[in-house]
Amino acid sequence: MIAMIKTLLDKPLPATVLVVALLGVSAWGVAHFPRSIVVFLLFQASIFLLYFARMPRWLKMSLTLGTLGVLMPVLGTINAYYMEIAIQVGIFVALALGLNIVVGLAGLLDLGYVAFFAVGAYSWAIVGSPQANLIFGGTFFPLSPWWFFVFLFVGVGVAAGAGILLGLPVLRLHGDYLALVTLGFGEVIRVLANNLDKPINFTNGPKGITPIGRPPIFFAPALRAVGIEPDPNVIYPLYLYALVLLIVGATVLVNRRLEDSHIGRAWEAIREDQTAAEAMGVPLVRMKLLAFACGASFAGAVGVLFSAKQIFINPESFTFMESIGVLAMIILGGMGSIPGAILGATVVTVLNLQVLKGLSLWFNELRNAGIEIFGYNLANLPTQLEPAKYERMVFGLIIVLMMIFRPQGILPARRRTRELTEPTDP
Amino acid sequence: MATLLEARGVTKKFGGLTALNHVDLTLDEGRIASIIGPNGAGKTTFFNVFTGLYVPEEGVVRFRGSTLTGLRPDQITALGVCRTFQNIRLFKNMTAVENVLVGMHARVGSSLWGALSRNQHWTREEAALWARAAELLDIVGLRGRANELARNLPYGDQRRLEIGRALASKPALLLLDEPTAGMTQGEARSLMALLRRLVGDLGLTILLIEHNMRVVMEVSDHVTVLDYGEKIAEGRATEVQKDPRVIEAYLGRRKWTPRAEAGDA
Repeated sequence: MIAMIKTLLDKPLPATVLVVALLGVSAWGVAHFPRSIVVFLLFQASIFLLYFARMPRWLKMSLTLGTLGVLMPVLGTINAYYMEIAIQVGIFVALALGLNIVVGLAGLLDLGYVAFFAVGAYSWAIVGSPQANLIFGGTFFPLSPWWFFVFLFVGVGVAAGAGILLGLPVLRLHGDYLALVTLGFGEVIRVLANNLDKPINFTNGPKGITPIGRPPIFFAPALRAVGIEPDPNVIYPLYLYALVLLIVGATVLVNRRLEDSHIGRAWEAIREDQTAAEAMGVPLVRMKLLAFACGASFAGAVGVLFSAKQIFINPESFTFMESIGVLAMIILGGMGSIPGAILGATVVTVLNLQVLKGLSLWFNELRNAGIEIFGYNLANLPTQLEPAKYERMVFGLIIVLMMIFRPQGILPARRRTRELTEPTDP
Repeated sequence: MATLLEARGVTKKFGGLTALNHVDLTLDEGRIASIIGPNGAGKTTFFNVFTGLYVPEEGVVRFRGSTLTGLRPDQITALGVCRTFQNIRLFKNMTAVENVLVGMHARVGSSLWGALSRNQHWTREEAALWARAAELLDIVGLRGRANELARNLPYGDQRRLEIGRALASKPALLLLDEPTAGMTQGEARSLMALLRRLVGDLGLTILLIEHNMRVVMEVSDHVTVLDYGEKIAEGRATEVQKDPRVIEAYLGRRKWTPRAEAGDA
């Protein structure tokens, strides 16, 4: 079956027909059975088939753009939850791509990555809500929604700064020691967020910050001009989705360009053998700090977006489990591989948000129905069996199973091969 | 001939062990010189001091008049000293050409912004880097294996690739740590021919650590002998060969004296 699909995907015409048909059927399915999880999963699978299919570049690009830019938002208006899933997937893809630079390329195992996400999120949350008034006094805050766009970049800067801050003390550490210190750093940031409500209230502690400003709907007049009354409940998910797409697009671009440059090569050299890299002229300190800063900056930008999307953030969103979750994504997809990071982030996020939740729903229906099988009333099933409670176990299983059976990941990083030009005669 | 590398009174200790004890070395430009000595004599330690991996307790190393001691390895490479390793240390999961490209890092002028924006300067430089990498692979005879992973190359090719990678940093002085170890006579001979070409064509100076005496005698203009961290002889290859202290270091004393042996242990 898989082999058959593979041969089909290798020829441009059948591949195009297959992918377009699958996309069409699954999209039609989602539109007509908006509550069916299976159909939506099929839709996502067909997007990935699109990636594997061999077809002309322009066709692939336009199909991808059409699917993600048009089809997905349309389906998102039919079932708002799908839009939410798509946004979350986007956020985690950006996070996974950022961590991919640090862990996958430079080989620096970072178990506290979510700290940078938190730093970005709090940087906008504090000034984008009345929270900052508690720090500076007066009623100047929240800043106007327009500042959101500025803070996308401020988030990048602040997170990159935090990355360097973490990088400096861990420069001499490798492997286990590095992992432990970064884990500690992640916890420090979370505990700080939890406790910086006294003596000066920076973060409002465990109660969290709300309401956080959202980006302005600057195109509202244009929408009214074409006769659409902008309803924030409909517009915001689409708007945030568009922003997420832009950020993911930017991270992919930056990732690819860095990877295929002297900087990416230096990072990989450090991963392979840092003593040899240094002896070959790679400045370890600078390149490691750059890796930490670059990786962190993606998390910062996406953190700003996350806080605007949630309107409310508290330290609960930035636990160690989130760091492990992002790590599980890149391990699943393949360390150092950009498509791998995207696939891993999608699979893990969808598994959490949809599959496990869907199974829980089904489980609860079973309990509520109270059917008796072989003298056992299903209503007596313990709630501990609820699948959504096994999120952590799933992360663990993914990491363990992948490490044993496929350490290079589902989509391992492929070496770029290149034809060398004829050497010029000296 | 001008002095390229000069070590004065270099001492390196590891706990109670003195790996190098006030060793001097002078290397003239355009030469091939060798360091020989029994296992554990401190040869590789000496290399590590030259390239900044170790900081000596005493003494100083000068290269073209500037002091190397205290500089970081990458700074020393940027000044024009590059090396290979005794136990091959290639970037195993990168291709041959990528290994060479990493070697050029010290000579890359592009910044982070260049790599992100892919401006004209970056594009031009990147093309130049790849062209030069092809040239270097040609020199070490690995042109046809450019896209193979370093770890998949046969042993002899890996040694050659390490030399290619070291050449990529445009060194004036090349330090080779046992370049012919594990090679057949034929491979070793062709490597020697390559080294002579490098000195002749590119104007390099080469310092070798070598165990293969045939290689040492054949190519080196100057030989330094280390034993237990001390320099016991130096001079032309033929002279050193006859030095009684060298013979003793390699073969032991002519007269066996049981008391002295027991005293040593």
